[in-house]
Amino acid sequence: MTQGLTGYGAYLPHHRLKRSEIAAALGEGGGKGTRAVASFDEDATSMGVEAARIALRGAPTPARVLFATANPPYLDKTNANVIHAALGLDASVLAIDVVGSTRSGIGAVVLATETTTPTLAVVADVRTGLPGGADERDGGDAAAAFVFGGDGPVLADVLAQASATQEFLDRWRLPGAPASRVWEERFGEHAYGPLADAAFAAALKQADLTPADVDVLIVAGTHGRAVKSFAGGAGVAKVADDLTTAIGNTGTAHAGVVLADMLDRAEPGQTIALVVLADGATAIVLRTTDAIATRRSSPSVAQQVEHGDDSLRYTTFLTWRGLLTREPPRRPDPTGPAAPPSLRTEHYKYGFVGSTCTECGTIHLPPVRVCVNCKAIDHMTAAPMADVQGRIVTYTVDRLAYSLSPPVVAAVVDFDGGGRFSCELADVDPATVRIGDRVEMTFRRIVTAGGIHNYFWKARKVEEV
Amino acid sequence: MGSIRDRVAIVGMACTNFGEHWDKGTDDLLIESSTGAVASAGITLDDVEAYWLGTMGSGVSGLTLSRVLRLENKPVTRLENMCATGSEALRNASYAVASGAYDVAMAIGVEKLKDSGFSGLVSAPLPSDGTLPEVTAPAKFSLLAPAYAAKYGVDEAELKDVLTRIAWKNHYNGARNTRAQFRKEVSKETINAAAKIAGMLGVFDCSGVSDGSAAAIVVRAEDAHRYTDKPLYVKGLSFVAGPARGNIDPAYDFTTFPEVVAAATDAYRQAGVTDPRAELAMAEVHDCFTPTELVLMEDLGFAERGTAWKEVLAGSFDLDGELPVNPDGGLKAFGHPIGASGLRMMFECWLQLRGEAPEERRIASVDAGRTLGLTHNLGGQPGECVSFVSVVGTELS
Repeated sequence: MTQGLTGYGAYLPHHRLKRSEIAAALGEGGGKGTRAVASFDEDATSMGVEAARIALRGAPTPARVLFATANPPYLDKTNANVIHAALGLDASVLAIDVVGSTRSGIGAVVLATETTTPTLAVVADVRTGLPGGADERDGGDAAAAFVFGGDGPVLADVLAQASATQEFLDRWRLPGAPASRVWEERFGEHAYGPLADAAFAAALKQADLTPADVDVLIVAGTHGRAVKSFAGGAGVAKVADDLTTAIGNTGTAHAGVVLADMLDRAEPGQTIALVVLADGATAIVLRTTDAIATRRSSPSVAQQVEHGDDSLRYTTFLTWRGLLTREPPRRPDPTGPAAPPSLRTEHYKYGFVGSTCTECGTIHLPPVRVCVNCKAIDHMTAAPMADVQGRIVTYTVDRLAYSLSPPVVAAVVDFDGGGRFSCELADVDPATVRIGDRVEMTFRRIVTAGGIHNYFWKARKVEEV
Repeated sequence: MGSIRDRVAIVGMACTNFGEHWDKGTDDLLIESSTGAVASAGITLDDVEAYWLGTMGSGVSGLTLSRVLRLENKPVTRLENMCATGSEALRNASYAVASGAYDVAMAIGVEKLKDSGFSGLVSAPLPSDGTLPEVTAPAKFSLLAPAYAAKYGVDEAELKDVLTRIAWKNHYNGARNTRAQFRKEVSKETINAAAKIAGMLGVFDCSGVSDGSAAAIVVRAEDAHRYTDKPLYVKGLSFVAGPARGNIDPAYDFTTFPEVVAAATDAYRQAGVTDPRAELAMAEVHDCFTPTELVLMEDLGFAERGTAWKEVLAGSFDLDGELPVNPDGGLKAFGHPIGASGLRMMFECWLQLRGEAPEERRIASVDAGRTLGLTHNLGGQPGECVSFVSVVGTELS
């Protein structure tokens, strides 16, 4: 018994690296198109939060959170707890990581379909590679999130899922290594072919379908040649654009991102088959319902592809990924957050929940016990502000402050309906900031200092039509 | 409400040179200012019954001073209130003397900033949840500029000229002050052309980071003439810590410091000042960054709202203007060793109001019969700060 899809969404970071920039800098390599690049203040977890926020708009509240990535910001410590906190989920919600391999992405989705409580599967990746290499060029960074089960309209039914598992060496990485290693490409194609065929055939058999009944086939995997080979021979007329020209292969997240893109475009009653080649193969067959037409993700994958900013310099990209060490400002090193105050302010720090004075209605960010306006003490209720937009009141460009990507742009933001907050602007060209600009909140990894990731919120500009 | 007017007087003062004192430690600076202050009052350290030591980060506890001066079991209170620290030392010493608890007290401030290895201010952050923006002080104060320009319809390029003129004026004054960190005039072109470090601000829009110390001897007003023929009477002292509303409340528009308005109102009330622009001979204000001085001209009542930028361009606050502001060069040119700055400002009042300022920067307003001076500090940032205002004068009222 499987649960139906009740929410979905994908998050693409703002930045794109033109592959021609690589060739321009190194004198070789590169290629056509762009790859999506997580900003200096993003990682798999923060992008996962953004994807989950999109997926949960209008979806049931999950009782379980599964977080899959091959690039976990923390080991030992559960990264899914950051997502859990940022989404403001109840303490009773189980949150676990499914990390290490790109296969964990489709694994998390399969598990989410099979539980009996509403489950959120978040898949994310930041794909790295050494300068000039294929992984750097062909990789990409993104996240996607899916909710299965719970009350509310089902957007797609899960008709079948099947897997084929085999131990072989195609792509691997030792813990702490900066890049993956791969075996000879032709060997992987040899190993993957039969596994993909087997999984796809088994899934179709379960669903009592033939390849010709499938409206669109999505094939994803880190072995580009095997993916192409299977897609070409699967017998399905329409194969989804795998987006790699525009965003690169986003590893653990990729099947999810392409699935979200297909769901954005799907008509009711369409049959979508998803086959993922990663240390074996897994196939899932979905059929969209009438509800899909009324519950598209927003922003859509296509909108995010379209709005990518490809002005990123290759040297900036290298700096962000820690592959180019730049002279730091002559300022003290930043310090990481301390554990006890971070626990005390969990709802604010991770969920961006302020407080509203019940006596006079004043909204406070951060939440406080004494109202700044009427001075009432302990007459506060929670004020969730993460999804509230605002406008820039005043701003500055700080060329002295420590940042992996100077200058820091800081703004004072007044929220619609009350509340004021000062913070950094994310993904911003300093020259374009104006008083009155509209902004929304975005979850970021502000800095990593003292071996601790400091997650918090920034504002980013909203395009106004 | 009470008032400190004419209850206490300053009868001796000293101030070190401010600057990059690579060859002097906190102890050297404290010895120079404390011995200078008692000499100025014609007394010895043994005559001082209690001490208030202001320093933001150059030492903790009264031992910072008593260890250096080898004081024999004297009360030394170490205090801190951000950039108003030096003024807080004076305020607390004044109250102690006014209460009758002590006959002779010293207020002394010191800061040793240049041992850190960094060019800006450096302080160890408190353990936190990591949610405060990591924005530098010039960036915080630069927020005033676009907000002021927008509110009063001043073109941003014109406002930049206003800020440049403030820096130019303070450098002009500092060039006439042998104790100042920067003792050269700087052309408006140079100021304007400096690379931006935060918003509209270039390096010349920022106060000097320096080492220094200053000290004052405080006695009861009725005792003042035992020590000097020309005491400086304390007319009003006000210090406020704001509710930190501006970064929460959308009503705050970043063109004013409400805390400064509150402190000024209180100090003027105590001093009986009703028209500061007409009554004060001079003002030493907290020009940490040029937009701060601009806004302060309005908050302290020296200019109507929305007009300070015109007054600055007209030279109203120049050394030879109607109300000279920062005749010693201000934080901008004199430098800003945090704990010493408030007392450094008082030192300029001490020199100017008593007719002892060097000829090249002597203000005309004193000869014209004005007897009152003002000092002002603020610490924090637009939206949440502490503020101090004092009024002192050479005549008992």
